[in-house]
Amino acid sequence: MNTTWLKNFFICFSGIAVLVFLYIPLAVIILFSFNAETVNAFPIQKFSLHWYTVLFHDDELLQSVLASFIIAIISTIVALIIGIPAAYAMHKYSFKGKKLIDRIVLMPITLPGIVTGVAMLSFFPFLGVKISLTAVAFGHITFLCAIVVTQMLARFKRLDPFLEQAAYDLGATPTATFFKVILPNIKTAIIGCVLLCLVLSMDEIPVTFFLIAGNNTLPLEIYGMMRRGITPEVNAISTLIFIFSTAAILLSLRLTKEK
Amino acid sequence: MQSWFKKYSLLLPLVVWLLLFLVLPYLYILIQSFYTTDSFGKTIPGFSIDSYQRAFSNSLYIGTVFRTLMYAVIVAFICIFISLPLAYFIAFKVKKNKTLLYTLIALPFWVSYIVRAYAWKIILGREGLLNEFLMWTGITKEPVEYFLYSTFSTIVCLVYILTPFVAIPVYTAFEQIPKSLIEAAKDLGAGSFTTFRKVIFPLALPGIISGGTFALVLTMGDFLAPLLLGGPNTLFISNIIQNLFGTSNDRPLGSAIGMLILLLIFLILQLAAHYEKKYSSLKSDTR
Repeated sequence: MNTTWLKNFFICFSGIAVLVFLYIPLAVIILFSFNAETVNAFPIQKFSLHWYTVLFHDDELLQSVLASFIIAIISTIVALIIGIPAAYAMHKYSFKGKKLIDRIVLMPITLPGIVTGVAMLSFFPFLGVKISLTAVAFGHITFLCAIVVTQMLARFKRLDPFLEQAAYDLGATPTATFFKVILPNIKTAIIGCVLLCLVLSMDEIPVTFFLIAGNNTLPLEIYGMMRRGITPEVNAISTLIFIFSTAAILLSLRLTKEK
Repeated sequence: MQSWFKKYSLLLPLVVWLLLFLVLPYLYILIQSFYTTDSFGKTIPGFSIDSYQRAFSNSLYIGTVFRTLMYAVIVAFICIFISLPLAYFIAFKVKKNKTLLYTLIALPFWVSYIVRAYAWKIILGREGLLNEFLMWTGITKEPVEYFLYSTFSTIVCLVYILTPFVAIPVYTAFEQIPKSLIEAAKDLGAGSFTTFRKVIFPLALPGIISGGTFALVLTMGDFLAPLLLGGPNTLFISNIIQNLFGTSNDRPLGSAIGMLILLLIFLILQLAAHYEKKYSSLKSDTR
């Protein structure tokens, strides 16, 4: 009797301890972002929004946020335009090489980012894509295709097959069926997918690292700030990133799960 | 004919894109690994196995490959070790709010790598929280320098970042075990530890292997954690590749080492898939 209680306690304690381990570092960043001092030390003497004001006057940082935003938006749009029709074809038709496409599209996720990064760095100039923020966008589109294709394929598979059949029986053309029947049904999944793509693009480092020249994206700007030493400004920007990504991801998880 | 055209016109953009921006770049580093360089580091096309010979004969390269593999194994085992109680707790002990807790482990999976790595800089630094805590409790008198900018901090960071990748498949594996099997074990008089060892663990093994493989492979390819938190001697194989494409400027050698890493990762994935299949007893048993 006594030992079961002890065992239960031990299991619950260690499980919760691991959860705490996963969240303490994030909590520390958020807490220190409101610290008025430059030194990250406990106990915090005075709370202030000082580092947030510093943040909003840091031109270089704001520039990188803008660059990341533009890249994320363009990459997501292009990945959707390329990815959704392909996912639809992969769902609807069977053809030779389907497995191969499935494998290849996933390569930027399954293979180490560093290899993808140096491969793109070596080859993009041959395609006339200069190593710059443009190259970064091309790189992002490539790995976002993996996300779009897998997410949308999963959604198409859950779609009621009779829906499409019914549209055809009522005389709709395939194009009309896609835009009037299928698209409205996968709308939430697309929005969820968009949010996921935006977050992943805004956070991407390994590939971006090799394709960048001069102008930084947000994570690489933070990387630079970290290399120069600890500045509490990073706490503030990290807190904002954490809040925005968490909100986007939670919304995305909810939307992609929806029927 | 018409449907043939439609099918391919839908697929064409993706296929062309992947070919140009993914397949050809990968093929190109394979080709580049056989090139040589002149004394200025400029790449000269040709066919030479010089880069591979140098990669294998220099202990800096081949030694680092194996050292990285060792670090990756350590990271994978620690991740599994801490994922087990976490997943067990959520799968078997929690009754309410399971989805919330599951979301809590899945969430860090998606949140910025750089933010999560940065946190450890604050915690492990010379004036960091851990040192302050240790000195406050009196365990140490002086701040421990070794915590940050060392192999230790690199491994802590990787474990932290990769634990969700392991905990999710382990949790999924636990959830798929039919509750009847666990009850049967208990009815037959097995204690909870015996039930875990003889029933739960073997049945969850494919999930554990798949999670551990994620951690292993992702550590093999990581170059940021050592850059941000590692010391002067912390060198992962990816850092060498990064240097060869940067300051050291020897792209053929960098490509050759990249190819070796890909080969190693491919072997690890094949091996993991083999063992996952071998130990997946659940489907055939419950049918």
